[in-house]
Amino acid sequence: MAEITTLREAVAALVRDGDSVAMEGFTHLIPFAAGHEVIRQRRKQLTLIRMTPDVIYDQLIGAGCAKKLIFSWGGNPGVGSLHRLRDAVENDWPAPLEIQEHGHGDLSNAYVAGAAKLPFAVLRAYAGSDLPKHNDKIRFIQCPFTGETLAAVPPINPDVAIIHAQKADRKGNVLLWGILGVQKEAVLAAKKALVIVEEIVDDLKAWPNACILPAWTLSAVCCVPGGAFPSYADGYYERDNRFYQAWDAISRERDTFQNWIKTHILDTQDFSGFRRVLAESSAAGVPR
Amino acid sequence: MTIQPAYTTSEIMTVAAARLLKNGAVCFVGIGLPSTAANLARLTHAPDIVLIYESGPIGAKPRVLPLSIGDGNLAETADTVVSTPEIFRYWLQGGRVDVGFLGAAQIDRFANINTTVIGDYKKPATRLPGAGGAPEIASCAREVVLVLKQSARTFVKRLDFVTSVGHLDGGDARKRLGLPGNGPVAVVTDLCVMEPDASSKELTVTQLHPGISREQVAKATSWELRFAEPLQETLAPTTVELETLRDLEHRTKIAHGNLTVA
Repeated sequence: MAEITTLREAVAALVRDGDSVAMEGFTHLIPFAAGHEVIRQRRKQLTLIRMTPDVIYDQLIGAGCAKKLIFSWGGNPGVGSLHRLRDAVENDWPAPLEIQEHGHGDLSNAYVAGAAKLPFAVLRAYAGSDLPKHNDKIRFIQCPFTGETLAAVPPINPDVAIIHAQKADRKGNVLLWGILGVQKEAVLAAKKALVIVEEIVDDLKAWPNACILPAWTLSAVCCVPGGAFPSYADGYYERDNRFYQAWDAISRERDTFQNWIKTHILDTQDFSGFRRVLAESSAAGVPR
Repeated sequence: MTIQPAYTTSEIMTVAAARLLKNGAVCFVGIGLPSTAANLARLTHAPDIVLIYESGPIGAKPRVLPLSIGDGNLAETADTVVSTPEIFRYWLQGGRVDVGFLGAAQIDRFANINTTVIGDYKKPATRLPGAGGAPEIASCAREVVLVLKQSARTFVKRLDFVTSVGHLDGGDARKRLGLPGNGPVAVVTDLCVMEPDASSKELTVTQLHPGISREQVAKATSWELRFAEPLQETLAPTTVELETLRDLEHRTKIAHGNLTVA
């Protein structure tokens, strides 16, 4: 049953050094507040799983939290490269990063297999591609009925799934809508699940087919309004494209990145502290 | 005196790519150039085109171009939004996509593409974003159209990494491997349009954009490029196409530039 708690307590209780952690959210509802808290609590040696690593994993990788990345597309959407991810892969900085690389159709269905507790996901892909040569988790099987060759990948079953959603009720039932990515699948595939929400309400007022994660499928629910910034929360706030653009300059060099992480994350107490410092540095014209 | 064309090479590339999309086609769209061209098609000759984005929107009609593949604008204007596994399972693999519309960092003579690494995979000179949905789109869409700027660095003899397949080593290679889709039918660049030869499947220049010479195209390609006879000239963008494209890009700039912290 979900405990409604603070993000600091939830991360302290649920995320251990060496865990495999999936922070999902396909451009929408990216759990940035949780990512920051993992950096603040200086978790190490994590296997980070995420279809689109985005700025959130660029921060975690650059801050030295990761030993391995499982992903399917690693860029800064609409802007360009993730410089910290590239520096880790190209130059082993701040530490070597093992990568396990998939395509979206494959990785999204590996989460489905994870939620279904099946030994693999199956799909029609990768014939002729070099990806299976560099990822031994992508293999080929014969269909027992037709003999067709199909690709198979093992399930994703993270130690912890972390997602952001719009609302929870006071029991910890969670409602999310809009672009859903693989959030539901990640939660149901994981051993433990943490959900951060924009608000906690008396009644979710959800329609019958709404995407609901019942409280009993979750470990903890935390309310952090704005916690998906600089991504967006449909119905609450828009994506801050300027931050994504600014991240290019912040993350390009190691020292500006480290300075940013220190002043904005390590030296702040929580996400509202981060937003305060970010507002100050933005007003002062410092690349934010 | 040289008369400057009234449009840029980037504009004619987008226009030429948009023209390849038929009204009513179901189109699985990559972000960037393909998304610009697909939306231009929707706003000009193909109002009933169905745009699918891998983040889940089906039938998206964005007012401005999305900066990311999961912009709110895509979800708000879509007929429906489904989960990412569903997009790939029921809609793409289910055979409901007519055209996969993709970009690439490197392409070879059989329209195989690389979006993974430049250099060695284990020690890359440049780490690129990776596959995204492209391997599955390239396998399963009925047809694939590729849009990318042309240079000798991008049109290469040998890919550093085959992320998503085009026509493999040519001929009936796709059929032999059992790939369900027909693969690339056109590559649109800022210089020309190429199509695979009917039997060898090697990319062949079929149209030159106005004012572009064979030599320019050959110089921007690392392999010995074939040209069709007779070679067509791409029709210059019409006023409607250009105005629609510029208006869309202008609206997009305003929208993305004006967003501020909530």
